[in-house]
Amino acid sequence: MIEAVDLTCERGARRLFAGLAFSAENGTLLRIAGPNGTGKTSLLRIMCGLLEPTAGEVRWRGGNIRRLREEYWKDLVYIGHLNGVKDDLTVRENLRVSVRVGGREASEAQLAQALDAVGLTGFEDTMARFLSQGQRRRVALARLYVSESVPLWILDEPFTALDVRGVANLSTLVARHIEGGGTVVLTTHQEVPVDAARRKRVDLGSPAAVPAAEAEDAVC
Amino acid sequence: MLNTFVQIIRRDLLLAVRQKADVLNTLFFFVVVVTIVPLGIGPEPNLLRSIAPGVVWVAALLAAILSLPRLFANDHADGTLEQMLLSAEPLTLIVLGKAVAHWLVTGLPLTVMSIVFGVAFDLGLEETFVMVVSLALGTPVLSLIGAVGAALTLGLRGGGVLTSLLVLPLYIPVLIFGSGAVGAAATSVSYSAYLLLLGAFLLFAIVLTPWLVGIALRISVE
Repeated sequence: MIEAVDLTCERGARRLFAGLAFSAENGTLLRIAGPNGTGKTSLLRIMCGLLEPTAGEVRWRGGNIRRLREEYWKDLVYIGHLNGVKDDLTVRENLRVSVRVGGREASEAQLAQALDAVGLTGFEDTMARFLSQGQRRRVALARLYVSESVPLWILDEPFTALDVRGVANLSTLVARHIEGGGTVVLTTHQEVPVDAARRKRVDLGSPAAVPAAEAEDAVC
Repeated sequence: MLNTFVQIIRRDLLLAVRQKADVLNTLFFFVVVVTIVPLGIGPEPNLLRSIAPGVVWVAALLAAILSLPRLFANDHADGTLEQMLLSAEPLTLIVLGKAVAHWLVTGLPLTVMSIVFGVAFDLGLEETFVMVVSLALGTPVLSLIGAVGAALTLGLRGGGVLTSLLVLPLYIPVLIFGSGAVGAAATSVSYSAYLLLLGAFLLFAIVLTPWLVGIALRISVE
């Protein structure tokens, strides 16, 4: 279970959100919604432990993630805005390296299967610099296929740059992960086919909604 | 654990091989500086012999600084650094792997090339040997300390200048003891103290700097 307790985030002099609290049981799809500039990505980065919240904490299985550190990251796959794909490595090398650097193990057969699942068969030995934006996204997403046993996935706009089939495949994968008891946190405008009971939504208000008094606090 | 460490080194070496220009740039700079100094100073053999260790060491130091901005910048730009920070393996290990890879493509070639310069500057066999050993002990320290500077200035505009400013004062002791060792060998004084001190610097850097780099990287990525 992942919990946010009284999270406040300030970037520069602007308060993005304050006193944000929510939780998600295992087997839940948690969708972070809100207009641009309301702190969706910042919230995801806080939930990963990449960004320190101004106040509050994120708990994973009851423990503060800033204290759990590697213990928490063992249970986490994060795919952010940046794909983490190296131009000068081939598709296969990229996947292999990103899996191993993350501290996980995967056999060559598993890697090949993952690349097949994201539709990159035939591109295994292509340098990533020759791939399209959508294909690069697929290389990043292939990590999910070798990380199905990892309980928590945090995905920042995972559907961007994907074509219709790519979107469908990813939705199916996310739905399968949730049915298997995993937790997926994502920001997207795409519908994912999951039962309403397993769905949760966190709405981040518009930037103008922050009261002026609080906004002044933020400056101090 | 060791697997991740080895994987990082292999990855960075592979990238270095595929981006040859970056690596050759550093080595070329080293060769140019060392060969151009005698042209400016004049061909007096005794003078050249006495300045040789200093010239080689200064060139190695500047070449190391030149190569620093690349250390984390690419990983930062394409998002692989974020993935490293979220690894289930200790970050210190990953950082140490990156520093080792950096040394393998900068410090090690410089050390090997210095043998040629030992001959070119007409250094004795023993002096050349001491110079090579001092570089072998000193250049890893340059890579490790440099990694701290590179991590602290990651993502800043004009970070290159700032890195040099941060790192240069910490490089000075290495430079003094490195070229001092060769100087001692030339005047038949015992040079072991210099080399032992360089070795101590190295051990100190191996223990301390990966941890500092880890902290600096986490701050830079925020």
